[in-house]
Order: sequence, then structure tokens, then C-alpha cells
Amino acid sequence: MTKKHDQSLSLSRRSLLGGATALGAASVLNSASAGEVNPDNLPPNVPEWTPYLGEGVDANPYGLPSEFESHVVRRNVEWLTASAESSVNFTPLHELDGIVTPNGLCFERHHGGVPEVNPTDFRLMINGLVDRQLIFTLDDLRRFPQTNRFYFLECAANGGMEWRGAQLNGCQYTFGMVHNVQYTGVRLSDICREVGVKPSAKWVLAEGGDSAGMTRSIPIEKILDDCMVAYAMNGEALRPEQGYPARLVVPGWEGNMWVKWLRRLEFGDMPYMAREETSKYTDLMKDGNARMFTWVMDAKSVVTSPCPEKAINNRGVQLLKGIAWSGRGKIKRVDVSLDAGRNWQTAELHGPVLEKSLARFTMPFEWNGEEMLIQSRAIDETGYIQPTIQALQAERGVNSIYHNNAIATWMVNKDGSVDNVRLG
Amino acid sequence: MSGLAKQKKAGLLSIGFVLTQFSFSPVFAEQRPFNLGSIATAEQVAGWDIDVRPDGLGAPIGAGNAIDGEAVYTDRCASCHGDFGEAVDNWPALVGGEGTLASHDPVKTTGSYWPYASTMYDYIYRAMPFGEAQSLTYNETYQIVAYLLNMNDIIDDDYELNNKNIGKIEMPNHAGFLIPDPRPDAQSISGDPCMNDCNVPTQIIGKARDIDVTPENES
Repeated sequence: MTKKHDQSLSLSRRSLLGGATALGAASVLNSASAGEVNPDNLPPNVPEWTPYLGEGVDANPYGLPSEFESHVVRRNVEWLTASAESSVNFTPLHELDGIVTPNGLCFERHHGGVPEVNPTDFRLMINGLVDRQLIFTLDDLRRFPQTNRFYFLECAANGGMEWRGAQLNGCQYTFGMVHNVQYTGVRLSDICREVGVKPSAKWVLAEGGDSAGMTRSIPIEKILDDCMVAYAMNGEALRPEQGYPARLVVPGWEGNMWVKWLRRLEFGDMPYMAREETSKYTDLMKDGNARMFTWVMDAKSVVTSPCPEKAINNRGVQLLKGIAWSGRGKIKRVDVSLDAGRNWQTAELHGPVLEKSLARFTMPFEWNGEEMLIQSRAIDETGYIQPTIQALQAERGVNSIYHNNAIATWMVNKDGSVDNVRLG
Repeated sequence: MSGLAKQKKAGLLSIGFVLTQFSFSPVFAEQRPFNLGSIATAEQVAGWDIDVRPDGLGAPIGAGNAIDGEAVYTDRCASCHGDFGEAVDNWPALVGGEGTLASHDPVKTTGSYWPYASTMYDYIYRAMPFGEAQSLTYNETYQIVAYLLNMNDIIDDDYELNNKNIGKIEMPNHAGFLIPDPRPDAQSISGDPCMNDCNVPTQIIGKARDIDVTPENES
């Protein structure tokens, strides 16, 4: 470890005590919706919420976040798409802690809007190369043996706007097409046993009941390995925008394959070459050829604070926070650099560290008004190291849209504000 | 592959377990471990099984040519995709783009990029027009696909596209796709990565703030 890093980790008494040196510009950026400090609420006064009775039970039969957290919402980039029904929004990663994404903040990606599927009329049809073509109701699915697993879901196009340079100035817009929830549902291997899969079946076409009729081909090995049909997320029924009442879960693989509003699984002996695995979700290389069937989401990480939306407000001790994930297994380690990747130190990885799930890391550091170039680098249990954008560009060019898992750089300016920058 | 082998083993074990538990049930004559769900009738499957494969399997009986397709396209498609497939606003272009895939600004259309005509039929029937899914007839769908193939100089305007030849159309970019996935790629490092005094680019060559396309967040 270099001397510079030793210094950054030694939290002096002065920095702990003197950390309240507010920086005008930065604190405005980061004040959220809590507003100005009201001295009447501060010691030794009795705060305004203390003398009177508050709301009783059932004021909100389904509980909502505090009104002071109203800025913590999914956001979209309107110019990206032609219509809101075939569009995407982004998870506010910079506002979250731990590894669980609240259901209402899980990013949305729809190709034909959110269908309103009546669970009574929901049917899952299994056809093709099986011994018995069967139709399941939601109640049938709930009677199968159950599995409960945390998995991340990342859109293959997460970071897709950043191939050529730093374009969107936010952690939410550049990394927010990922979420992590606990799924409850049925192992597809159990459904396969129920229908009796013929030996000639090599591929499964998963089809949604939405207006896009979303379809993807999935190899039978993956189906039998760890795929599931989920009917619950984080303990409650799937949200409509996440596929209510049932969706496919394809752990570690690109989000487009996790077909929502699932209505049919067809077993066949070749891939179906649907629009979403030919025209889209293929990765154009610099020679004009395109990679097809690039399913796995490679290891990636991002610093969620500080970041462009999370300026540094005070000098002194800071807590750097971030998330890391890999479609190939568990995260083994995350390194953080404060000097553009010249020197690195290993961050604290917080448990639980699960397979194909987000992992949380933190690292204390000290900031005293200097410019910093912050990066994080994930390493997964296969030994794969998150690459630089230069390494990805050298291999693939800049037109592939999908599978950008490059290290990002956040620049802390002297006023504490933070920018998404590109180094070269 | 190891996953498959593992699951097969686990499957056999579980079936054995279920058999001891429910050995009175006659259903196990056919080894159906849970006896959940109902048999799908041929009519039910036919109504939902709308996919068309590259070899043409699944293509419904029907036919159409580009001459007839022009009117259907103009009526049902042109408001978003343009009279000549050139696209309106942010909607996708369907025609053109030949020779652009290796350029700085690739244009990926049905003609320049899509590897199979079957995908055009499958997608147009299941999802188009946008917001009116599965409203086209089989013949209308063949006509629209024929019109687009003709606009992309792939078939003549009087060529009758049908369920027998949809799997035989040779698309210009058919050979433009690489399988299998070569990743993990872009790994110049083997073993432990550099921790100190690493030789990396540290000059700031771009800032998202300067490009100024980030939405304003009003709270």
C-alpha cells in the first residue's frame, strides 16, 4: 500500500471534529427534499413532531417511504426511446444501501407496456418436445416445491450509452439498469419433470403475454441448471411492471431473457431466432460482425457514493459505498482507487456475498478539498477482473451497445461536486 | 453440461422419493411427479403457439407479395416506419443500411442486419402494429414481409412469399453473426491485478457534464 493510501485511511481527530465545514455548492446539490435546517427543532428545543399525536395505524394500509424521500424514484431518459411503452427507466442505486432493491425502485424495461394480467385467468402453457403438453394455473405453480433465491437482474444495455465516452452525468443513468431481489417460485427442473422433456429437446422458447409477445431462446442446460418461474419478489407478489403474476428467472444472464408475464415455454431442437436475439441483444463488433447469444453478465462494480448525484458535502472522513456483481458466480473482491487507477486498495465486502447477486462494499477515506478520480474494480470467484473501457474498446470497438462492464471514473471536484468523466 | 448431468441425477432421486410417498396414485404409471396442471388440447396449443422458426416450422398457411404488401404497409406500418422504411422520429428504420455495419454509424435494418426472414414474419405477426398485437391476418403479414424484402432488394415485387419458402429466403447478413460467445474477453491481466503505481491513462478526455444530455432532476 502506498503512502498516499495510508494517509487517506488515517482519520485524524481534526477531520472527525471539523467535518462540518459545509461547502455551499455541494450541499445545495445534495440537500434532497429535507430543506433548510429549522433551529426550533434542534437541541435544546422540543422538536415540532414531539408534543402531538402522529398518524394512527392504517393511515397507509400499504406503507410508503417518508415524504422526505420522495426524490428516491426511478427516472428515465426521454430522448433514448420513441415511446414510454417501449422504454426503460433506471434504479436510483445512489440512494440505496445493502443488497436488496425495494420492489418499487426496480428499474423497468418494457417492449409493449405493462399488461394487466388477471391472476385468475393467468395460464402457463408448456408445449413442443415434451411427453405431456400441460397448462398450469397460478395456483398450480404455487403448489410445486418452492425455491427462494437472491439474484441480480441486469439489462444487457446497462451502460450502453457510455461506449464512446462519458455521456450521462449520473450513477442512476449509467448503472441503474440493475436490481437485486429475492425471488420465490418453482425450479424449472421440476416443471420439466412434470411435462417429461424429450431427449431431442435442446432449446426452450420463453414467451411473454405482453403486447410485444417477448420471446427468447434458452439452452436446455441453463433451464435445468438454475432457472425458475417466480411468482414473488422480496416476499410479495411480483409487481405488475416486473411480470405479475409470473416471470422467468435466468440467474446471471441478461435481463431480456427473464421473460415477464410468462405465458408459454416451448421445447424445441434448435434456437428460434426471435427478434430479441437477432436484431437486438446481439453485439456488433468493429469488423461489422455481431456476437450472438452473449448471455452471461460479466463482473461489474460501481461506486454509488460519492457519485454525480451524491456530492461530498463536508471535508474530512467520508464513507465510500458501492455494489458489485457477476453472472459467473460470487464476487471475490472489490478494489477501489482514488487516483484514476494508479493505486488501489481492497474495500470491505459486506455479507451476505451470494452467487449471481449484488454484493455491497464500503471503504472509508478522507477528503480535504482536493480533486479525486474514483474507480472500483470487481473480481469474481472465477478470477475474472472487471476491465477498463480501453480494454473493452480494443476487443470490441464502440458499437456493440450491450455488455459494457467497464470500470467507470467519478471525478470529485474541488467544491465536492462529482462528474462522470472519461480518462484516456 | 455439468448442470444437466447434475439435474438428471437429482431428478431421478426426487422421483424415487415421490413414488414412495404417493405410491397409491395411479398417475405415477406415467412418472408425473406432481400431477399438477391440465393437458393442453391441440386447439389450445394452436392458438398460442405462434412462433416461426428459421427453418419455417410454425409458419401458418398463407401467402403474399410486395405489390399487394405496399398498401398494407402504407396503412399499418408507414406512420412510424416511413413510406419507404426510412423511419419517423425515433422509430426503427426497416430499409437500407447496407455496408454500414463496420462504420462509425451502423444502420441495422431488416435488410442490412436481420439474419432470417422468419424473424420478420414472427415479430410482425406477434407484436406489430405497435399496440395492435396479433391483429394482422396471416396473408397481410406475408405481404408486409414481402414488401420489406423487396424494398431491401432481396426478392422481386411479384415473388410470392408463403409458409413453404419463408424458411428459404437468404438474408444478406445471414453470415454476419458469431457463435459461440468468446467472452470472457478483454482480459489483459492474468493472476492478481496491479495494485500500486499502475501504468494507466489518467488524462481527462471527456466529461458527461459538457455533453449536457442528462435529464434535469427536479425533486
